[in-house]
Amino acid sequence: MANYFLTILTFSPLLGVLLLAFVPKNLPGTIKAIGILATLVPLVLALMLYTGFDSAAPGLQLVQQMNWINIPLGPEQSLPIRFEMGIDGLSMPLVLLTTIISTMAAIVGLTIDKRWKAFYVLFLIVEMGMLGVFTAANLFQLFIFFEFTIIPMFFMLGIWGYVDREKAAFKFLLYNGIGSAIMLIVFVILFVLTGTLNIAKIAELFTSPMSPFNVPDVQGYLSNSVRLGLFVALLLAFAIKIPIVPFHTWMLKTYQEGHPAVIMISSGVLIKIGGYALIRLNAGFFPQWMNELAAFIAVLGVINILYGAVLALAQDELKQMLAYSSVSHMGIVLLGIAAVNAQGFQGAIFQMISHGLIAALMFYLVSLVHERAGTSNIRELGGLAKSMPIISGIFLTAMMASAGLPGMSGFISEFMAFVGLFGSEPAIAAVGALGIILTAVYLLRATLATTFGPTRAEHENLADAQAIEVVPMVVLLSLIILIGVYPAVLSEPLQATLQTIASGIGGFSR
Amino acid sequence: MNSKWGVLAEYDWSVMSPEFTILGVATLLSLIDLLMGKKADRRILAWIGLAGVILAGYFVIRNTGHDVVSIMNDMYRLDGFANAFKLIFLSGVAFVLLISISYIDEARNVPYSGEYYYLLLSALLGAMIMASSADLITLFVGLELLSISSYILVGTRKHNIQTNESAFKYVVSGGIAAAITLYGMSFIYGVTGSTNLYTIAERLPDKFSGGFDLLIYLAFFLMIVGLAFKVSAVPFHMWAPDVYQGAPTPITAFLSVVSKAAGFAIILRVFIVIFINIVTVDAELGMYQRLIAGKLAIYISIIAAASMIIGNTLALRQVNVKRMMAYSGIAQAGYLLVPLASLTDLLLDQTVFYLVAYLLANMGAFAVIMIVNRDQQTEELAGFAGLYHRAPWLSIAMTFFLLSLAGIPISAGFFGKFYIFISAVGLMKYWLAGIMLATSVVSYYYYFGIIRQMYMRPGTTESPLRVPAPIAVVVLLTCIGTVVIGVMPDPVIQYIHTNFPFQQILESGSKM
Repeated sequence: MANYFLTILTFSPLLGVLLLAFVPKNLPGTIKAIGILATLVPLVLALMLYTGFDSAAPGLQLVQQMNWINIPLGPEQSLPIRFEMGIDGLSMPLVLLTTIISTMAAIVGLTIDKRWKAFYVLFLIVEMGMLGVFTAANLFQLFIFFEFTIIPMFFMLGIWGYVDREKAAFKFLLYNGIGSAIMLIVFVILFVLTGTLNIAKIAELFTSPMSPFNVPDVQGYLSNSVRLGLFVALLLAFAIKIPIVPFHTWMLKTYQEGHPAVIMISSGVLIKIGGYALIRLNAGFFPQWMNELAAFIAVLGVINILYGAVLALAQDELKQMLAYSSVSHMGIVLLGIAAVNAQGFQGAIFQMISHGLIAALMFYLVSLVHERAGTSNIRELGGLAKSMPIISGIFLTAMMASAGLPGMSGFISEFMAFVGLFGSEPAIAAVGALGIILTAVYLLRATLATTFGPTRAEHENLADAQAIEVVPMVVLLSLIILIGVYPAVLSEPLQATLQTIASGIGGFSR
Repeated sequence: MNSKWGVLAEYDWSVMSPEFTILGVATLLSLIDLLMGKKADRRILAWIGLAGVILAGYFVIRNTGHDVVSIMNDMYRLDGFANAFKLIFLSGVAFVLLISISYIDEARNVPYSGEYYYLLLSALLGAMIMASSADLITLFVGLELLSISSYILVGTRKHNIQTNESAFKYVVSGGIAAAITLYGMSFIYGVTGSTNLYTIAERLPDKFSGGFDLLIYLAFFLMIVGLAFKVSAVPFHMWAPDVYQGAPTPITAFLSVVSKAAGFAIILRVFIVIFINIVTVDAELGMYQRLIAGKLAIYISIIAAASMIIGNTLALRQVNVKRMMAYSGIAQAGYLLVPLASLTDLLLDQTVFYLVAYLLANMGAFAVIMIVNRDQQTEELAGFAGLYHRAPWLSIAMTFFLLSLAGIPISAGFFGKFYIFISAVGLMKYWLAGIMLATSVVSYYYYFGIIRQMYMRPGTTESPLRVPAPIAVVVLLTCIGTVVIGVMPDPVIQYIHTNFPFQQILESGSKM
């Protein structure tokens, strides 16, 4: 049974879809209840996964393999595509993050006011897709689950978003579609070259000194220029997802127009796929190029940090500010990856998890403010602390977490990423560190302008958070503080896996 | 030997049982139509036709798995290639008949609807002949039987000006295309002195190296340009938008699936068989290369790329659904030419799998388009507005068809593209593979344009949409097929691979 655990976990959101199919569409209460309860199943399973996880094992755990498709090539030959699942220290935290954010976002989804059933069905399908991306041990599966996140997101953005929702949906679709198309080309090339789609096997074939791909003058030798081409293509595909400037415009539109629950998934989990894949695929398959191009990636990261921070500073619209802030924070993920050592990778993952929690919380809070005050423009807000003390208090705390205050997850992540990069590229790291100052400036400015100061007459009687609305806030905030105070919850399962990946790169170090 | 019938009696005519069935049923329908009263309901003819198609399908399935049988000096052959295509034609026509039952209405749009049904069957017969013969003459006869029947079918809505215009355009451009094809064939005959594909294949290499190479290239270009018409590939694609728009919707579906598949049958059969033996020497590398995998493949690749680019980009600006589907069809023809351009052993598998996926998605889509157009009295895209609220299941099915056409998982269309894509990448035709994917992403925009209308725009009415039973059957079957094959493509891949061996196309069969 243990063998099927990951399959059950990945497809468990579909249980909710099945139940919803039998509920009449005019019962919003029941539908929302089922939608939220259905996300608890994967959450519980993911917690079980966490507690049962063997931190000492570097490789994949809970591996499952099944024959799926055989492409016949000749009488005896065939190219097999298998259904393969597995999880290691890199993917496990992201699975946990996915289930937590999904449950919180499902609760936030209570505010949707139309077509409840369709919303929760799509929502659960996206959750399945996200889980599938992180549990896939196979490129074909990774691609298919990746597409599973794009298509329902298109619907969710286009149907439940704000005024300019259709444009946002199409922008999301086309950008991510281009990304996945590039990804597919690389995957097929890898498939044709190696005859397998298994991620671990390809990584082994490409890095083991014994493999024919690495021995010059042997049939099948993979030249460095081909590797570089594949590396860059993958980087490009994930650059859209992360997003790396200048491929970030879809994100601005999405975060401006999407429903809070949808933005929470996107900012909390979806954009993490890019960072995950950079470590898993780029660093895993082409460690030598990861090493060679580390400085380049670090520069991209610094551009992201500074560009995002400067533009966030210039925004009056809170949602836009948060979108740019996400661009900036994802830059730190890139910096961590660019450090190409275990510490940096750890920082990158910490930052991914931490940003997932913080961004989800902040977008939620801003949407609550927007919903009540009718605006999320800094100039039109002010003194909210008087009428909504709880929301304002948590807002302030979240802002501090995002700015990287010690004791919260943001600090520990940035600290690790920068320490990692200072070890390898001190100059770039120093420039990147400027971003931290800018971050503090724009976040403080936004917080002060919204929560303190004189209250506008029309905002004096706004309702504070209700009990159910407090749940996601408290849960997300406690996790943010937990990771900040006791980082071992996250770092322990990561160690063994990251050590392996980093040593793979170390083998090719200069 | 029977003195009266001579050698004819010795042929194993049972290989032609599917064709005889269709011919017989078509004749029967014309007789019934003649004897029926003027005002009588002719929908019964569709059901008889459907029964005939199913019977013929049974015969084809019974014929699969045989060794190659050929009669009348390869004028008629039974091989895996032919069977695969015949099954596609038969299922396509079965769907078209089901869609037609609720559409063809003597009083409203199609006078003399009896002839509509038996012309459909004669067109089918033409397609089957095209799939099953290995002689330029019979191939051309099949092509013309299909074409002439189609010309009339396109024009069956006699009192509709647009229909008349499109039928006229179809006849004229079809005639030109046929002439060009025939002109190309005439050079091949002139050079080799035979119309039999296998004899040509034997003689052509000598002639090619014997100074006739330019003439053979010319023949290739003329034939491929002419045959591009049938599959609506660039450069002979211009007719498609007008004709698709003007034709009755079931006939549009027929043209987009059956007629296109027949075009691919003849293209693959002719080009592979006659050019396979020509080998050229690459002077620089000193390597031998098959002409069809080398120089000719480049031209086929260019046609494929141009079809994908032109089809997908022009579709972006269409507001009429049927026109949009026409451009979509041009693009799909481009994808379908990629296997021929890459020419691996998987060629037939890939083409047939893709055609199956395309058949399911396109037939389903046209069935939905027909209901919506009819209900809204318009063919504009905006007619789809709010469809989700009126017919949720229909919209969900349509969504799957569109996802399949766009090549997004989980749908048969995704795997079809993936399958084709593997060989293109395997043969390092990266530019072609790149165009395939880039244009696919472009296609998202217009396919999702319909989805946007269905789910995101308010419609004029919220009242439930009535779906006639035969159309509901078509939508249901095609949707299930699209999804199931999308998730589990393996059984279909294996069936195609074991039952329709590609090598059979090159065996000249047991002659009697």
